[in-house]
Amino acid sequence: MSQLERSVITISSLIRSVHKCGYLVLMMGFSNSALAKSMPFNLTEGVTDVSQQVYDLHMTIFIICCVIGLVVFAAMFWAIFNHRKDKGAQAAQFHENTKVEIIWTAIPFVILIGMAIPATKTLIAMEDPSDADLTIQVTGSQWKWHYKYFGHDVEYYSLLASRQDQIHNQKQKRENYLLEVDYPLVLPVGQKVRFLVTSEDVIHSWWVPAFAVKKDANPGFINEAWTRINEPGIYRGQCAELCGKDHGFMPIVVIAKPVDEFETWLAEQEQKAVAAKAEEQAMLAMSMDMDEMMQLGEQVYNKHCAACHQANGEGLAGVFPALKGSQIATQDILGHINIVVHGKSGTAMQAFGKQLTLKELAAVIGYERNAWDNNTGDVIQPAQVKAVMQQKDL
Amino acid sequence: MSTGSASNPLASGVDDHHNHKPNGFFARWVFTTNHKDIGSLYLLFSFAMFLTGGAMAMVIRAELFQPGLQLVEPNFFNQMTTVHGLIMVFGAVMPAFVGLANWMIPVMIGAPDMALPRMNNWSFWILPFAFSLMLMTLFMEGGGPNFGWTFYAPLSTKYSPDSTALFVFAVHLMGISSIMGAINVIVTIVNLRAPGMTMMKLPLFVWTWLITAFLLIAVMPVLAGAVTMVLTDKYFGTSFFDAAGGGDPVMFQHIFWFFGHPEVYIMILPSFGIISAIVPTFSRKPLFGYASMVYATASIAGLSFLVWAHHMFTTGMPVAAELFFMYCTMLISIPTGVKVFNWVATMWRGSLTFEVPMLFAIAFIVLFTIGGFSGLMLAITPVDFQYHDTYFVVAHFHYVLVSGAIFSIMAASYYWLPKWTGYMYDDYLAKWHFWCSLISVNVLFFPMHFLGLAGMPRRIPDYALQFANVNAVVSLGGFAFGLSQLIFLVVVIKCMRGKGERAAAKPWEGAEGLEWEMPSPAPYHTHTTPPEIK
Repeated sequence: MSQLERSVITISSLIRSVHKCGYLVLMMGFSNSALAKSMPFNLTEGVTDVSQQVYDLHMTIFIICCVIGLVVFAAMFWAIFNHRKDKGAQAAQFHENTKVEIIWTAIPFVILIGMAIPATKTLIAMEDPSDADLTIQVTGSQWKWHYKYFGHDVEYYSLLASRQDQIHNQKQKRENYLLEVDYPLVLPVGQKVRFLVTSEDVIHSWWVPAFAVKKDANPGFINEAWTRINEPGIYRGQCAELCGKDHGFMPIVVIAKPVDEFETWLAEQEQKAVAAKAEEQAMLAMSMDMDEMMQLGEQVYNKHCAACHQANGEGLAGVFPALKGSQIATQDILGHINIVVHGKSGTAMQAFGKQLTLKELAAVIGYERNAWDNNTGDVIQPAQVKAVMQQKDL
Repeated sequence: MSTGSASNPLASGVDDHHNHKPNGFFARWVFTTNHKDIGSLYLLFSFAMFLTGGAMAMVIRAELFQPGLQLVEPNFFNQMTTVHGLIMVFGAVMPAFVGLANWMIPVMIGAPDMALPRMNNWSFWILPFAFSLMLMTLFMEGGGPNFGWTFYAPLSTKYSPDSTALFVFAVHLMGISSIMGAINVIVTIVNLRAPGMTMMKLPLFVWTWLITAFLLIAVMPVLAGAVTMVLTDKYFGTSFFDAAGGGDPVMFQHIFWFFGHPEVYIMILPSFGIISAIVPTFSRKPLFGYASMVYATASIAGLSFLVWAHHMFTTGMPVAAELFFMYCTMLISIPTGVKVFNWVATMWRGSLTFEVPMLFAIAFIVLFTIGGFSGLMLAITPVDFQYHDTYFVVAHFHYVLVSGAIFSIMAASYYWLPKWTGYMYDDYLAKWHFWCSLISVNVLFFPMHFLGLAGMPRRIPDYALQFANVNAVVSLGGFAFGLSQLIFLVVVIKCMRGKGERAAAKPWEGAEGLEWEMPSPAPYHTHTTPPEIK
């Protein structure tokens, strides 16, 4: 068995080097995109014991398939080269052979059992999230992830950090284009982390290849997964289930830190959360002027609202309503605050009350009421937003 | 009358009452109940849909040629992937097989026509309406279906465009058409075989279609149920797939894939029949293991009802269910392997020639087998967690559907075009078509395996920079493959317009079967008296 394993490893490293050569050839042809990082041509081995097992399983089955393929295609091409009419081949007339047929039914069966045993072992290990050191709730929504650390007062949204001007080719794309977020998930190395995965709207799928974790986020249900990371580092993934327009734009970034650094980070976040609440109170007393509101409002709008309602406020006909000149954005202020804070059930309009600070909410609502010739002249203050929130909360 | 050889009176035109066709274009094609005319309609329709769905694939590949958004917005991109999938599955591959069945099954089993000719007419003429309905939605406000051809809830219910009702009705129409076609095939094969044509003498194309027809009848109603539940969830306030009302979005996937997996085999079993007809002809040797081919087809069909959840390993199923579906899926490789071994054994010690149908058949065997291998890899649950919903899956199903199903349809077209039109295809162009298709289909789909392994999800309009080079290569392959199919269009038009060599009754030296015992083109009415079966 160890002999076999060793030869499997030799062959797989051989295949890897062949892949690299092939990539070089490709690069010579397409050297114009200088920014491009080199793409791995094989599955990642990852940074967990499970991902390593998954990789080994992948290589084993791949090599078995290659060997079977070589044998079958060799026989076929032998016939193609040697049993041709133009070489004077006379057709034999045999058309069955029970012994051969039994053999080529039985041998694949044995090979399959050989594949099924390690696959079963790995699967059972992967599906055991018990005895976790840390639990994190992962919630997908259109088109962002939300992380909540159980037992700690830390939770936040994680959004794509690549900007629209990069997506629309007006600016040079950064190195980690589409694989970068504003607030990555931070995890400890060496601890068993359990993920509780769910969704607020459609089905998403949380996938980090380096952990070999891909779990669907189903609205109304909670799925479990887990990982134990071996090496500190930054690991990137993407949503893997079609979830609407911006499915391609909700990446996942995980920073794995040593346990002590992680704990320091977590404590800092808890303090920040407390400070943020205090700031929120202070904010109720302050008032923004028009310029400040429009400036902040535009930033918030482009990050959170423009994906659907578009940067020009015109929406997408028949899909996402326009804000420019709309009744909500130009008339009833309370109704406007209400829909931004609480969302509109049965539609893609989310409740932003918990995603944004009071100041951000006030700014974005005010921005919507004054941008694109809406020109209502209304300046919205955090206290007004807070009032609407509390009324509804009662 | 012993049915016919080339010296048959039909061929000499003495007895031309067998050739009378209705007068006038409208009467001939719209009111037709003739299985050959309906078969031709199906084939032409599917080719038109193939080009339409292909044009959408070109849009997809053009957008993905470089990172960033260049040509289309994400919402339209999603409509393109969705409608491309729906058109290729329901508009191109399935009607092409039904067309082949219409043309060839009565001819092969010695029947004068399909058993239910008026229903046959109806099942075809529903399709242009169904697909017009679906294509129309692309021009509606809010656009057409944008939730993937698998239309997972709640993306297809609560979050879908207003055109969803039209999508649902279009799918209903396609389902009705398929079910009627399937009933017709079964009734024809069971009742209209010529005396002496016992079940175990049926050509394998007939056998595989018989089994396919049972699959169709079993699963199309399930699809109809799924779309109806989507309809009522979206418009009538039911909660089949909404947890807030006691439903379950994952239940949608169970129902969809209970249809969807047998559907996959609906699109490949007739291919097996085609390849089993062509390989012996050009090997000049009887098919190896006829009986085991029949049993393998039947067991693949049976197993297809026990593997649906392998499309759903990441939805969060109990381990026991994951293991069950993994084992059952792995088992499918055994009968599939038997088929491939049988084809190779048929070629072994044959007297091979490589006319274009044979070239496509050989390409089918190799490339379908590669698709089978990636299928086996996908069956392994722990590794599927990595492959699932990436370009690895896209590569896999395009290998089995394009270089599998579509190549077999191409092979069948070249094989039987002389019989249908009475003219040989232009061999020079046909060889160009084959080699261009073969090379470009691999440039198109093979690198997708690497994209998937490197971590590129499917159904995204834009991607990280590391994927740029390979995507550019894939797109170039895609454009080349798309253009190559225009050569096929020219070849077909030339045959239809009678440009080319006259075809003999049996243009292939090693061919066997009733279709080769009648003149080319096949007369309008054939087997009006049952042929004698040796």
